[in-house]
Amino acid sequence: MSAINIQSIRSLFPILHQEVNKHPLVYLDNAATTQKPLAVIEALQNYYKTDNANIHRGAHTLADRATGMFEDTRKAVQQFINAAEAAECIFTKGVTESINLVAQTWGRKNLQAGDEVIISYLEHHSNIVPWQMICAEKGAILKVIPVLANGTLDMAAYHQLLSDRTKLVACVWASNALGTINPVEEIITAAHAHKAIVLLDGAQAGSHLEVDVQALDIDFLTLSGHKLYGPTGVGVLYGKRALLDEMPPYQGGGEMIKEVSFEQTTYNEIPFKFEAGTPNIADVIAFKFAIEFVNNLGKKNIIAHENLLLQTFVLGVQKLNDEIGSSPIVLYGTAPDKVAVQSFIIKGKHPFDIGLMLDARGIAVRTGHHCTQPLMHFYQIEGTVRASFAVYNTLEEVAVLLEALRKICIK
Amino acid sequence: MTSIELQDEIIEDFSLFEDDLESKLFYLMDLGKKLPEMPIEHKSEDYIVKGCQSKVWLFPVYEDDKLYFEADSNTEITKGLVSLLVKIYSGKTPQEILNTELYFIEKIGMSRMIGSQRSNGFTSMIKQMKMYAFALIKQ
Repeated sequence: MSAINIQSIRSLFPILHQEVNKHPLVYLDNAATTQKPLAVIEALQNYYKTDNANIHRGAHTLADRATGMFEDTRKAVQQFINAAEAAECIFTKGVTESINLVAQTWGRKNLQAGDEVIISYLEHHSNIVPWQMICAEKGAILKVIPVLANGTLDMAAYHQLLSDRTKLVACVWASNALGTINPVEEIITAAHAHKAIVLLDGAQAGSHLEVDVQALDIDFLTLSGHKLYGPTGVGVLYGKRALLDEMPPYQGGGEMIKEVSFEQTTYNEIPFKFEAGTPNIADVIAFKFAIEFVNNLGKKNIIAHENLLLQTFVLGVQKLNDEIGSSPIVLYGTAPDKVAVQSFIIKGKHPFDIGLMLDARGIAVRTGHHCTQPLMHFYQIEGTVRASFAVYNTLEEVAVLLEALRKICIK
Repeated sequence: MTSIELQDEIIEDFSLFEDDLESKLFYLMDLGKKLPEMPIEHKSEDYIVKGCQSKVWLFPVYEDDKLYFEADSNTEITKGLVSLLVKIYSGKTPQEILNTELYFIEKIGMSRMIGSQRSNGFTSMIKQMKMYAFALIKQ
């Protein structure tokens, strides 16, 4: 059984205690965004009520206070991912911006015609398009690691793709559409053997997996605040100092400069070099409380509970299929190693219809291609229904979902 | 039946479910299943309604000054939606179609039932049917 008390966790999330369409809300769209604990919501309010000021270089008390709180979050992120120093953690508005930042700075400086960038079939569009753009600009070649039917990467093919032309491997840690946890240690070791660097998209991994950038020797890692019980509009780009120091700035403006004259500008040190303009101060400050929420529960406990939910759902579906006959529910993403995400379709039903039917019962899921159109093409489907679990979901909610699916199947 | 009588009938049917959204959706899907099968040769690109997320085909047949519609969709709820419009508009003159105000949509709580994305698609279906009627009047 879980080492954590789910009911007391739920009491920290005001949004969960409501009815949707006359049914208690069952929120299973956590891979899109998680709900926020009270501490995060209150931190946002308190910041504006008592501490609001623009950060850095302020001579006054409020500015000093806000700066301290902002930098405290950076330290919390550093510890959360075990970075060597806080300066290696850059705040962005999300994973998409983090990846674009690397593509447009590291990529623009280092990629040349004929170089190769490797991504995988499991990527979210935000880890495909930025690389397509910079590869097209530089004449570099984009290669794709194929996926196997169960949603795991074809690692033999990956090793074949790697060569001394490979400059960067950009790969998702845990797939948002299927839940597959990729063998990132193997991916990184093999890439490094070819002197290629590795960017891991940690949008899903952040809230579901233990993250240690030094132990895994990760070069770049992206995190999403709002998928980690934090506010929207906050993301992290972790990069090794040696890489970040060599990269040109992303955007020009305030904060990122050391000295400006009309003839020449010298740039600030990391992380500020990559944080042009007034950042999203309030949300960054509140993000620390989301990290604390996760730390207080303990990743191991979170993972254990989420695995229980996922396994209960998968077993429930198998039981339903046996009971109804002719297996109407088809699961996509059956890798042995998964985060708590399950895609599925019901034969003969459109995912959007299923989404509407579930919403009528107060159940929130996501339907469609999940921003992974190449992966949907691989499976030759238009999209799936995706149930994604978080630490505040209960076994009762899994049962409600299964019962609603049973009704849709037999109707 | 006039379009007013038909709409009132739809409103009455849906009112039986009161606030039970799930039953309303199941009913809508049942209505879709009752649509006469659309000849496969009419399900071509030319007759796909633009602006719908799902695939919806509408094929107009003009006979004895009246417009009839064949319809189909690749999703059950959308098929139910288009079946409501077929019920109201089929067998009416183009002028009647243009003059008909669809007050049933609000009365049955359509937007809450199908969400904003589908509501836009539903509007596209109505527009397409009115376009066919308009084209006949212009001739």
